[in-house]
Amino acid sequence: MNKHHNKFWYLLFTLPLIIIFATVVLIPFFIGLFYSFFEWDGFSNNPMVYVGIDNYIALLDDGRFGQSAWLTLKFTIMSLILVNVLGLGFALLVTSALKSTNFARTMFFMPNLIGGLILGYIWQFIFSDAFRIIGDLTGNERIFFNWLNDTDFAMYALVIVFSWQMAGYMMIIYIAGIQSIPGEVMESAQIDGANYWQRFKNIVFPLLMPALTISLFLTLSFGFKIYDTNLSLTGGGPALSTELLAMQIYNEIFGYNNYGYGQAKAIVFFIVIATITLTQVYVTKKREVEM
Amino acid sequence: MSFFKRYLKEFMLAFGSLLFLSPIYIMFVNSFKDRSQLYENVLALPETLTFEHYIRAMDRMNFGLAFFNSMVITVISVFFIVILSSMTAWMLVRKDNVWSRIIFMTLIATMLIPFQTIMMPLLQLMDQIMQTTGIPMLNTRGGLIFMHIGFNASLAVFLYHGFIKSIPISLEESAEIDGANKLTVFWKIIFPILKPITVTVIILNVIQIWNDYLLPSLVLTDKDLRTIPLATFYFFGEFTIQWNQAMAGLVLTIIPVVIFYVFAQKHIIRGIGEGAVK
Repeated sequence: MNKHHNKFWYLLFTLPLIIIFATVVLIPFFIGLFYSFFEWDGFSNNPMVYVGIDNYIALLDDGRFGQSAWLTLKFTIMSLILVNVLGLGFALLVTSALKSTNFARTMFFMPNLIGGLILGYIWQFIFSDAFRIIGDLTGNERIFFNWLNDTDFAMYALVIVFSWQMAGYMMIIYIAGIQSIPGEVMESAQIDGANYWQRFKNIVFPLLMPALTISLFLTLSFGFKIYDTNLSLTGGGPALSTELLAMQIYNEIFGYNNYGYGQAKAIVFFIVIATITLTQVYVTKKREVEM
Repeated sequence: MSFFKRYLKEFMLAFGSLLFLSPIYIMFVNSFKDRSQLYENVLALPETLTFEHYIRAMDRMNFGLAFFNSMVITVISVFFIVILSSMTAWMLVRKDNVWSRIIFMTLIATMLIPFQTIMMPLLQLMDQIMQTTGIPMLNTRGGLIFMHIGFNASLAVFLYHGFIKSIPISLEESAEIDGANKLTVFWKIIFPILKPITVTVIILNVIQIWNDYLLPSLVLTDKDLRTIPLATFYFFGEFTIQWNQAMAGLVLTIIPVVIFYVFAQKHIIRGIGEGAVK
């Protein structure tokens, strides 16, 4: 077959996807970079004013942006701990020799299939009126009150819902890690008289490091990008106390009509996420070599 | 382990995992209660079994239409993602030249870009395309499907790419010597071999596209085009919340997901694991 002919097949197979991908992802990304150097309210009749890097400089003094970045970090770290403790715990439970493990695995994973928006609405009822009613019933009003009206507890509520959704996901990753541990190693340790905790600490945990790395950074990246659950559970409130970065970018662009400034926030958001994800790849690769 | 201790443990694990799903229970029982029952005790089982709230919720969300829209958009998007990504990935692996590497690296690198970074310029570009060419990119199912394909192509190509690399080339070569063209070779020989990874790609994309809220909310403005997440959002926004009706609406939205889970459970858990580890 001649060269010309090969080129035809190459284009036939790859071009449709490349065109769609370029139109949807690649070109908008560069247009977005361009917009971030302008001041514009999004109305096509109004002029776009070139402001250089002013949008980025203004970000440094933007208290609302700083606050949101801090809240996002706080949210992500709390979630990181809770998701992985639960995920690892569940994985250890469902890899035991019990018969009910399959059933438990199915149940633990279930919330992950429900979309973040729907989950947020389910829990909105629980943390607001259901908690209040339970508080009235049991008299335990120090725990059971409307969490979503409290600036601190609204954040905890968001952490709990996110963890509820993600724990089953991380469980799956940890299960794969646990199953890759050779059975003979565990058996011989048991014969040598190592108890459960010793086996966990000295064998299971070190061999789980690759799974741990993946889970930690997946949680980190999903946590930073949370939007749907944030919107349906708290809507950013009360008093912006749960307005995380993804939501703030949306509000800045489509709420306040600061298209250029909001886009600059979106670019910074990308840089933060890219840094996290690249660190993930780097660390994961490094561990793989060591293993 | 003694007989009793063993059964206690079995019971604890089964019960504990059910307790984990208690929010689902709360949602479910309260969707049948009237107002006074609900405010009396949210945890109790309903005294009566009324489907009144379901009927109202279904009507207000226009659930039938939303289900249809979600179904059409998800199925067609996933269909094209599977076909286009597998074809692209195969070419990229088999023609290992500079172009293939650039295309592959670009696809992987852009997986780092969060949706929020692209959403505004994407809408601007789609609007431009609409105005210059007349192709209705915004506020149509087709336009949304187009964008779903674009956003989910990278991961799908990546998964196929990894899988195809492990398939020996000899099969294809002998077929080509026999005079089969590339399309025939791909569909007759390669695509059937890709089945395990195709299942993974389908599962991951069905979950992602079915549950997606933000992209459809930006693209679709017409009431009649709303998907299930969109219908849910407006359902919660338009009325003062009557919790029993709201819970009935949420149960409705979860039913398709539960059915999907029951039928494809093994594949889902395997697919999720594979998608994450790679």
